[in-house]
Amino acid sequence: MTETRETARIEPTKGFDDVPGTTLFDAQRSRQGYHVNMFCMSLMKAANREEFKKDEATYLKKWPMTEEQRAAILERNWGRMIELGGNIYFLSKLFSTDGLSFQFVAATMTGLTQEQYAEMMLKGGRPIEGNRSKSEWQKRG
Amino acid sequence: MAKIIASVNVSHVPAIGAAWDNRKTDTPYWEPVFKGFDFSKKWIADLKPDVILLAYNDHASAFSLEIIPTFALGCAAEFQPADEGWGPRPVPVVKGHPVLAAHIAQSVILDEFDLTLVNKMDVDHGLTVPLTLMFGQPQEWPCRIIPLHVNVIQYPPPTGNRCYNLGKALKKAVESFPEDLRVVVFGTGGMSHQLQGARAGLINKEWDARFLDNLVKDPEADARIPFIEYVREAGSEGIELVMWLISRGALDRDVKEVYRFYHVPSSNTALGHLILENKHGV
Repeated sequence: MTETRETARIEPTKGFDDVPGTTLFDAQRSRQGYHVNMFCMSLMKAANREEFKKDEATYLKKWPMTEEQRAAILERNWGRMIELGGNIYFLSKLFSTDGLSFQFVAATMTGLTQEQYAEMMLKGGRPIEGNRSKSEWQKRG
Repeated sequence: MAKIIASVNVSHVPAIGAAWDNRKTDTPYWEPVFKGFDFSKKWIADLKPDVILLAYNDHASAFSLEIIPTFALGCAAEFQPADEGWGPRPVPVVKGHPVLAAHIAQSVILDEFDLTLVNKMDVDHGLTVPLTLMFGQPQEWPCRIIPLHVNVIQYPPPTGNRCYNLGKALKKAVESFPEDLRVVVFGTGGMSHQLQGARAGLINKEWDARFLDNLVKDPEADARIPFIEYVREAGSEGIELVMWLISRGALDRDVKEVYRFYHVPSSNTALGHLILENKHGV
């Protein structure tokens, strides 16, 4: 069977820069967001969720993250957390602790209200036409 | 000898698990989603597989950023439902098949796929939502389940081509196991969706339909899709679809399409579902 395998060509990640409104969570971002994401992970334990809810700022001091990262978490600025190395699946532990859904958080990152976003999804979602590349977004202005 | 008889491919949207657990399955929003699995529930109840080999991705539940295995095979006797931030889902414990898993590990690693082997792994919605959709809420899952985790969270994930070939290696492994077991392979995740950033909510029905058509008739075409196309056309989380190539690779080249279901939206996601059987019969 080994002889039938094809070798995939190696693709650099730089081509991804052209995809609009999308952050690629690669090894470099994973390093940048390590403590943000590990903090989120700690919220998988009920006792930690309680401790965090009692005093968020004190709880966050356990993780040696940057002040920017800390502020983004305290403000629940989801888009900023992603920019600073957060990953949506790790952040989900935080918004689940807040009682929020993936759909609520996705909506805030697109600048829509949850109602507007839900309506867009009911109508079939964000269309691919016009959303493939950054140049399409620039043309649209 | 053990035999792979069919594959089940299905999205694993967490909101589906929440809808089921909170008994919202008959609301206007969720009713069509669950109705789409009426056929599948009956099909798998009639089929009565002994083992499910289930390819899914852990969503930062068992694996944090401390260790990021590309492929991790669950070799334990039991896997507990994970607490993803709102308490564990009220679903049965997943019972593994350590003997078959050990055999698969040996066969596949000697076949040059360097799996990570895991003896303790809580399983999250990626694994339990497909089981809920196929089996509802039994006291115990009706068969043994071997979890196969695939990293699709941190780029780069394995290529579709690699996943397709891993599926072939899994087929070889299962079909050299001496016990008479009937095995169904699950590929989960997808279809088009993006959960993050200003482009969140992306859905691409035409691309999804082509992916499904090719998965049935020309899987090599799907296996050649590069990462950039998944991200651009199917959204940053659409990359989960590489796991459907594992289940496809584990089947024969010629398959019968038994059932297809596609529904938008399921929360942020285009829900896709495809059942395939090997033509030589189940």
